[in-house]
Amino acid sequence: MMASSYNAKDEDGHITVSGPGGGTLRSKKPENTAFKQQRLPAWQPILTAGTVLPAFFIIGLLFIPIGIGLFVTSNNIKEFEVDYTGVDMSSPCFNCSQNFSWNSTKPCTCTIPFYLDQPYESNVYVYYGLSNFYQNHRRYVKSRDDSQLNGDVNSLMSPSKECEPYAFHENKPIAPCGAIANSMFNDTLELFYNDPNGTRIPIPLNTTGIAWWTDKHVKFGNPGGNNPNLTAAFQGTTKPVNWRRPVYELDADPGNNGFINEDFIVWMRTAALPTFRKLYRIINKKSSMVPTLPRGNYTLEVVYNYPVRSFEGRKRVILSTISWMGGKNPFLGIAYITVGSVCFFLGVVLLIIHHKCGNRNNSADISN
Amino acid sequence: QYLCAKHEERRVRANDREYNEKFQYASNCIMTSKYNIVTFLPVNLFEQFQEVANTYFLFLLILQLIPQISSLSWFTTIVPLALVLSITAVKDATDDYFRHKSDNQVNNRQSQVLIRGSLQNEKWMNVRVGDIIKLENNQFVAADLLLLSSSEPHGLCYIETAELDGESNMKVRQSVSVTSALGDPNNLALFDGEVVCEPPNNKLDRFCGTLYWRDKKYTLTNQNMLLRGCVLRNTEACYGLVIFAGPDTKLMQNSGRTKFKRTSIDRLMNTLVLWIFGFLVCMGVILAVGNAVWEREVGSLFQSYLPWDPPVDNFLFSAFLSFWSYVIILNTVVPISLYVSVEVIRLGHSYFINWDQQMFCSQCNTPAEARTTTLNEELGQVEYIFSDKTGTLTQNIMSFNKCSINGKTYGTDPLDFTPFNPLADPNFCFYDDTLLESVKVGDTHTHKFFRLLSLCHTVMSEEKSEGELFYKAQSPDEGALVTAARNFGFVFRSRTPGTITTTEMGRPVTYTLLAILDFNNIRKRMSVIVRNPEGRICLYCKGADTVLLERLHPCNQELMNITSDHLNEYAADGLRTLALAYRDLSEDEWEAWSESHRCADKAASCREDRLAAAYEQIEQDMMLLGATAIEDKLQEGVPETIAVLSLANIKIWVLTGDKQETAVNIGYSCKMLTDDMTEVFIISGHTVQSVRQELGSVCLSLSLFSLQCPPPSPPPPPSNLMDNISGEFALVINGHSLAHALEADMETEFVSTACACKAVICCRVTPLQKAQVVELIKKHKKAVTLAIGDGANDVSMIKSAHIGVGISGQEGIQAVLASDYSFSQFRFLQRLLLVHGRWSYLRMCRFLCYFFYKNFAFTMVHFWFGFFCGFSAQTVYDQYFITLYNIVYTSLPVLAMGIFDQDVPDQRSLEYPKLYEPGQLNLLFNKREFFICIAQGIYTSVVLFFVPCAVLSNATQSTGVPLADYQTFAVTTATTLVIVVSVQIALDTGFWTVINHVFVWGSLGLYFTIMFALHSQTLFKIFPNQFHFVGSAQSTLLQPVVWLTIALATAICIVPVLAFRFLKVDLKPQLSDTVRHTQLVRQKKRKPVGRSVGGAWRGVGRVSEGRLGTRGSRRSGYAFAHQEGFGELITSGKNMRLSSLALANFASRHSSSWIDTLRRKKHSHAHTPPSASGESSPPLYRLPLLFLAGE
Repeated sequence: MMASSYNAKDEDGHITVSGPGGGTLRSKKPENTAFKQQRLPAWQPILTAGTVLPAFFIIGLLFIPIGIGLFVTSNNIKEFEVDYTGVDMSSPCFNCSQNFSWNSTKPCTCTIPFYLDQPYESNVYVYYGLSNFYQNHRRYVKSRDDSQLNGDVNSLMSPSKECEPYAFHENKPIAPCGAIANSMFNDTLELFYNDPNGTRIPIPLNTTGIAWWTDKHVKFGNPGGNNPNLTAAFQGTTKPVNWRRPVYELDADPGNNGFINEDFIVWMRTAALPTFRKLYRIINKKSSMVPTLPRGNYTLEVVYNYPVRSFEGRKRVILSTISWMGGKNPFLGIAYITVGSVCFFLGVVLLIIHHKCGNRNNSADISN
Repeated sequence: QYLCAKHEERRVRANDREYNEKFQYASNCIMTSKYNIVTFLPVNLFEQFQEVANTYFLFLLILQLIPQISSLSWFTTIVPLALVLSITAVKDATDDYFRHKSDNQVNNRQSQVLIRGSLQNEKWMNVRVGDIIKLENNQFVAADLLLLSSSEPHGLCYIETAELDGESNMKVRQSVSVTSALGDPNNLALFDGEVVCEPPNNKLDRFCGTLYWRDKKYTLTNQNMLLRGCVLRNTEACYGLVIFAGPDTKLMQNSGRTKFKRTSIDRLMNTLVLWIFGFLVCMGVILAVGNAVWEREVGSLFQSYLPWDPPVDNFLFSAFLSFWSYVIILNTVVPISLYVSVEVIRLGHSYFINWDQQMFCSQCNTPAEARTTTLNEELGQVEYIFSDKTGTLTQNIMSFNKCSINGKTYGTDPLDFTPFNPLADPNFCFYDDTLLESVKVGDTHTHKFFRLLSLCHTVMSEEKSEGELFYKAQSPDEGALVTAARNFGFVFRSRTPGTITTTEMGRPVTYTLLAILDFNNIRKRMSVIVRNPEGRICLYCKGADTVLLERLHPCNQELMNITSDHLNEYAADGLRTLALAYRDLSEDEWEAWSESHRCADKAASCREDRLAAAYEQIEQDMMLLGATAIEDKLQEGVPETIAVLSLANIKIWVLTGDKQETAVNIGYSCKMLTDDMTEVFIISGHTVQSVRQELGSVCLSLSLFSLQCPPPSPPPPPSNLMDNISGEFALVINGHSLAHALEADMETEFVSTACACKAVICCRVTPLQKAQVVELIKKHKKAVTLAIGDGANDVSMIKSAHIGVGISGQEGIQAVLASDYSFSQFRFLQRLLLVHGRWSYLRMCRFLCYFFYKNFAFTMVHFWFGFFCGFSAQTVYDQYFITLYNIVYTSLPVLAMGIFDQDVPDQRSLEYPKLYEPGQLNLLFNKREFFICIAQGIYTSVVLFFVPCAVLSNATQSTGVPLADYQTFAVTTATTLVIVVSVQIALDTGFWTVINHVFVWGSLGLYFTIMFALHSQTLFKIFPNQFHFVGSAQSTLLQPVVWLTIALATAICIVPVLAFRFLKVDLKPQLSDTVRHTQLVRQKKRKPVGRSVGGAWRGVGRVSEGRLGTRGSRRSGYAFAHQEGFGELITSGKNMRLSSLALANFASRHSSSWIDTLRRKKHSHAHTPPSASGESSPPLYRLPLLFLAGE
């Protein structure tokens, strides 16, 4: 960078600066304010043994009990997980997973028996889990049109470019557009309790209350507002390529149909990691007397629609109870206990070091 | 004239605009502004995009517009870029506005132009080449003029050139004799001479041209020119012909573009930024390779759910795009805000310098000024200071301090003169009332002593009103002596070419001035011969003791011995001494000598020598009167400052144009040299051989103390060998020796020798040599240099040093204009370096460490996430967070730290100069520290990514909804990041003012506020496509698990840092830690901050207050100085205003040869090669004053 050193004003400078007399000259003395003189009152913390060591002990003493509490809570949560991808020959879903095609109209069903060795007392949450599924891929994440999903009619008919190549199909706009919607999980899961006397009792699964409140009520909306006739509202659009039914036939309940279908909303909330689980159904506790899921044999019936074997994906079903801190999460408790112990230990080590060879100069003088 | 280039010339015809317009010379309108309203935007933008950083960000912006690459929305780059560009543009616009204003002001000044025979007022900008303009007293010269005529006799006029070359003394210019006769405007209007001269150039002291008028040629020189920027003084009016106007004037030609200085931190920063770019490319390549592998192994199979974008048909192309996508994402390791923040911090520091009351000089009403705002932190790293002497270390004020009259010495207590003498100069002070008593009593010797001082000089007086006398002396020494005489009742009132009028003890006396035996540096003395009203003739002489004592009448040996003792005593106190003597002449003696003098004066050949011989003849058998001692007053606090600075390990070199004795003398009085020193080496050889020999012997004696001095022949000694020499040495080197020492084959030897010495004084150096010495140290020592000076002769040194400091003193403002910092007292240097410089360096280092840390912590999370998202360049955070992180969420706390942080209070850093050392050794921010910061940043990013990852992957909300969705993860990581870096800045901040509190807490508050706002339903309803994160903040931050995660990650990030820092302070405390600690202890004990504590340097400044013993013999000698030839000017009467005086008979007696003499002398100066004589005058700078040598 270059700068010109000449300034025409400087031609005058000398005269005004050192002009004799100077009676009228304003004093150029800088103001004596604490700010300008850099004398603002200030707190000057110093790392001394008196402040640092107690801090370590306090962190240690806080973290260890929290960690123990978390660990115990997490251990009390019951969780059951079953993989039904059908990779092995022995797996009940092996056949379904083998001869799958998007276009087949005949549903393939497989039945997986399992046994719960503990009764599940409170509400039980049913999740489906996918592995090796990159919902967090950049192109995947952005392949949606939030205006369309919010019920905007213009966007419904002309989806955003982000949705390409799932924006139009056969010259009709796709609703909902984009890769996320197109790849929506569409296996149907049903649970049966095998009564000891041999009858299969279907367990009622709650389809609502599984999405975020803001998603359901703010972010997603059907076109035409509260128009009950969704078929008319989606007139002129076509279903996503991979879907079997159009969006307005996802559920019979008009409050859970179209874009505000909760299964759809849950799917649209993309996962952060390639292995993830999503809430599928809730089994509500019926009464305080009977456990929601008693100990015993169960059957999981899967209508196998969703292919994952092409990219070595896995599908799981998870049943879980919940506590104040959510589902089973042993890591947090262990991490807290570890960090707390390390802090405490560090505190002790530093204390010893400080006493052995530390610089304990508490005088006001500096000895050189 | 032979210098004139023949092929290019300028022709100017007076009073003929039509003729001159043919050549299209520049008009007198100056334009220093760069833009106007129309051109501002394009030109300014063009200039800004010449900055590499800006272009880089523009490139990123273009990348982001490609949809396949764009991993971030365009506004993440354009918002900061626009911010930076507009801030710079506003700054440039303001600067330019002020330039416009000052241009306008200058261009609209009025000047009187002779148009068609009458004087008309014209604006400066309308003055054309070839115009004749009239100047009045105290007016600025509007353009470069050829002086045509003046109101003064002989076409003389006086100018002050302080603006141009920094010299404050007046200069004489004279018009060519034919034009000086023109006189009034009517004649001038008819003047149609044509000037042919050289084209515009920047040489201030040279002009050659020819005036053609009425078929005759007249040679023009610089002596005929009035340059723009000068001020007319003591001249009622003059007329000049415009030769160069506006941008062609020498003033404008000299205001060339200056080199932009960069600090070492700047250079380091640029290197680091390059490294980071390298690192970024590496990351990009790693991730692109990952992308290739992933797309081949997984992505291609995943295509049923996520097909490739149309142009992508294989994994390699995808990897290529992914590389650029990652370049975009990861570019935040070097955010654009880095450069802006650095500038803001430096600006803040500059303001603190400007605002510092303790660097304000109330006498001259000048605050310190940081003229460059980009060098502050380098002030904390200075290792070498190069200082000018006159006006910098000394005040350039001479005070009559002591005297010895007839064997009695005077001078101890302060004295009030006003009751005794109403004509006294109120500023004069002298410390002995016994002298006053002896004057009052009427002691003959005392009276003779002061009579001599009032008569024997070449001072001019000006009496504006009765009793208000102003003396104009060529040298301050002389002024001091005449002022002393004035105060003791022998008042020099006025002079004419033939008389001197004084008031002696209230009685006016007029002496007839018979002759001035002027002074030159061979004679080292001057005399006057006067006839007093009684008719007795007397010769008064003052001069160097060595010269004068030889020429005394042998009758009074005893007095001579006593006086000689006194002289030694004065010299030992660092005073400049003069001996005074007189001789009564009889009428016959006078007549005889007068005749021989007249002969010598008229001699055609060897006039100088014959005059000198004539002077010699009469200056014999004089009677000693006594001696005077003049103090070359040091500026306030100079020895203390030098002591403090050298305790701070800063080496101080004095580079002065003064002669060796004066320089050494000042060296002693400012305690650079002390008698405790093992040896003071003096190198004054004139030839290469002798200089080499002298250097070799210095080296040899140094080696006696260290046994490490390498042989003086090649291979050149590695300079560090001589760094650890016991004992203190000083080196004094003369300018002509320096010229040899600076040659390529000797310079390494010279540098290593000089750097082994504690003090180095270079005397009789030219301005160019000053710069060369600075360059030498810059080249060989790789150290930060600072040059401080006040005169135009220091400009080159100031410009070539890393930091230039100008003393805004009396010697014009040239040095100040060239400088980076200016203040009015040398002692402020310690505060500038030890307080402001140290703080600036500390703050800048802490700022950079933290800044790199926070951006690595922020950015590297994307890298880790790459391994989990198929290397698809998906960001971890919300795009708004990425946009705002650097400019809103984390900028203010670190700025507050960078601007306000203090480790120890200012008075502590002056008390413990050792605190300055980390800066010189560059300990606080170097490559090692940088890697530590980077490592810490990367560690933090690992924690920031993997802890939430591990916790959230299985966690659910208390409603059973999984927490592992992308938005929750983004919010958790971002919040953790903001909290971790806030805790880190809280740890780094050592000085918590209100502002720091507001900024740190405010930033955190702002983060949450903005996040909730961006995730609010209101915004989503307006722009559903822009705010995808609706509801995330609320739903995430209500989860206890999220807060537990944040706390966990923060603890994991901070605890090791805390432990490490504690160990460092506890086991290996730095001096600043200790000072800080003691400060705390002291505050706790409520002990009054005792001055007794830590006065480490105190006393150092005041060693050996008394007589300088053994080697102090007669150092000072003589040092009164002025230009030769003034005596002639006086006696010829040419510079007398009183044109009505009986000049006629004088003019007849003294031929008007003095001008010729003067001109001849000037010429001989100009053509003397610099090394041939001591008083060389390099172009562009003032002629060094000629001194009498003292030996």
